[in-house]
Amino acid sequence: MSLQQSRHSNGHGVAVRVENCAKTFTDGTHALGPVTLDVTRGETVVLLGPSGCGKTTLLRIIAGLEMPNHGGRVLFNKAEVTQVPIERRNVGMVFQSYALFPNMNVAENIGYGLKIRGVNGAERSARVAELVALTGIEGLEHRRIDQLSGGQRQRVALARAVAVRPSVLLLDEPLTALDAALRERLRGELNRLLRTLGITTVYVTHDQSEAMVLGDRIVVMRKGAIAQIGTPRDIYFAPASRFVAEFIGAANIIDAAYNGGSLLFPGGKLAARPDNMTTKDRVLVMIRPESIRIVAADGARLCGQIETVSFVGDRQRAAIGGVAAKPIIVDVPNSVPLKPGDRVGLAIDPSAVRLLPPDPV
Amino acid sequence: MRDRLLFAAQLVFTALVAAFLIVPAMLSMLAGVTLNYFRGIHSGLTLQWVVQVWQLYPDTIFRSFLIALATLAVTLVVGIPAAYALHLRNDRISRAIEEIITLPLAIPGLALALALLLTYGGFSDFRRSWLFILAGHAVFTLPFMVRSVMAVFGAIDLKSLDEGAASLGALPWRRFRDVIVPNAAPGILAGSLMVVTLSLGEFNLTWMLHTPLTKTLPVGLADSYASMRLEVASAYTLVFFVMIIPLLVAMQIFAGFRGGPTARPR
Repeated sequence: MSLQQSRHSNGHGVAVRVENCAKTFTDGTHALGPVTLDVTRGETVVLLGPSGCGKTTLLRIIAGLEMPNHGGRVLFNKAEVTQVPIERRNVGMVFQSYALFPNMNVAENIGYGLKIRGVNGAERSARVAELVALTGIEGLEHRRIDQLSGGQRQRVALARAVAVRPSVLLLDEPLTALDAALRERLRGELNRLLRTLGITTVYVTHDQSEAMVLGDRIVVMRKGAIAQIGTPRDIYFAPASRFVAEFIGAANIIDAAYNGGSLLFPGGKLAARPDNMTTKDRVLVMIRPESIRIVAADGARLCGQIETVSFVGDRQRAAIGGVAAKPIIVDVPNSVPLKPGDRVGLAIDPSAVRLLPPDPV
Repeated sequence: MRDRLLFAAQLVFTALVAAFLIVPAMLSMLAGVTLNYFRGIHSGLTLQWVVQVWQLYPDTIFRSFLIALATLAVTLVVGIPAAYALHLRNDRISRAIEEIITLPLAIPGLALALALLLTYGGFSDFRRSWLFILAGHAVFTLPFMVRSVMAVFGAIDLKSLDEGAASLGALPWRRFRDVIVPNAAPGILAGSLMVVTLSLGEFNLTWMLHTPLTKTLPVGLADSYASMRLEVASAYTLVFFVMIIPLLVAMQIFAGFRGGPTARPR
């Protein structure tokens, strides 16, 4: 059976619903929730957050490796699987450490799940060959696991998880163990592969660029709770809180006075009309560094002085002092000459200014 | 200067090992093939004492191997699952159990044997059979198996391997058989080596537990030292060495081969 056929017979996996799931470990650590999350069939959802935010615990609850506290439920296609152990949930899982079996070669690792399911030798070999081709590891079938590079291991782990045609594919920081350049390349490959397979996927990472590239939706988590759920664009352009704004990309978070359609800074005024903004004494706004332009200081409504310039390669990042309480970070094209000490004006499109809810006290 | 000091220290250590281990063992074995030990080596060499040992004590030799292999079987069947369970649980109860299993190392063998006799001495069929000695040996060697298997489990991220196999649909027994045991092979071999060696050489416990009809090799050795001429006892030592050394070397080579660079845990 080809992959194409399998997508029809097996569909694109199941819809996953996590309902009111919390987790307190026996040592008293409160790791999660309660949280509720819906993953639609065929969708890739990325759980994103700093370490200790509960994202791995949530993934392990979906996998069946952890049992949620009483009252939590996990549903696959509306059928409750909360009490079903992982070995009966038909999930495919890629672990951070890959968990490849050192006593088996590459082909045996990939075929293990099929062997457990009683798939006969010929069919198994065909499926293994199919996955070897799909993940681009031809020629490594008879290698031992300790003869593989990190990137090759990652591909084997993925092939092994997908081989069983899982209802849902679960990936726990699968690229974290790799170096930066390889990570970026595999991120692209993984993206292509997940689109090809179209299986319901839950992907855990602490790397926001990974989340942006791979996720149909991103679930930003913090301290065991969901901070925001949205498409990568939603999360980036309309963060729901200061935490989300700062965790995803670089952000200028400015505490400013608002009066008569303008934000008032120490360094001048900025016309702004963020949605739902009414006249208040103080507001919290976010402006992304790339949405600010450097202009001539003369005639600019907002002025400051360049404090530092860091050349990043494809762009340069300048810190402009004297505009707000903290220096404003601006991304500038790498061809613009800038030097610390220069006085410059800032032009900001009003639509680029996002209002954030006030910080919880 | 440091190199020379190190060399001198190594030389002294080697000399001490030679003086207190190798030379006495060689002398003892040589005595076993000497015609008359009191007249020395120039009395001539003979195999008559070895033949005599072989005629007097063949049962002790076979029984020792039987008990050693049976002990190995028991410790494998009990020890590996126990190590697996203890490693996975890893809480206060499992640590307490681990301590209890390890107790026979701290308690003198004689005390352990006495306790076994007090408790089970009344079951006369059991007490008279070699199984009674097997029970003692299993209790005494189990911690060595459990510990060396647990050491490997600690080094190979067992939890991830187990979860990996579970995610692919394998039930606990299948995971244990397909993934856990093969990857714990170096620890199992090291444990087996220790168990067989300890069982073959065990004297304390065995001396208390044996009956005239269930003597093992070391007990027979003590018996021959006490009641035979020195040459016979020495020939017995020689037989003991000849039997156990190839076994040790073979297991060591096998362990080295399996636990070599390709199977090193990461």
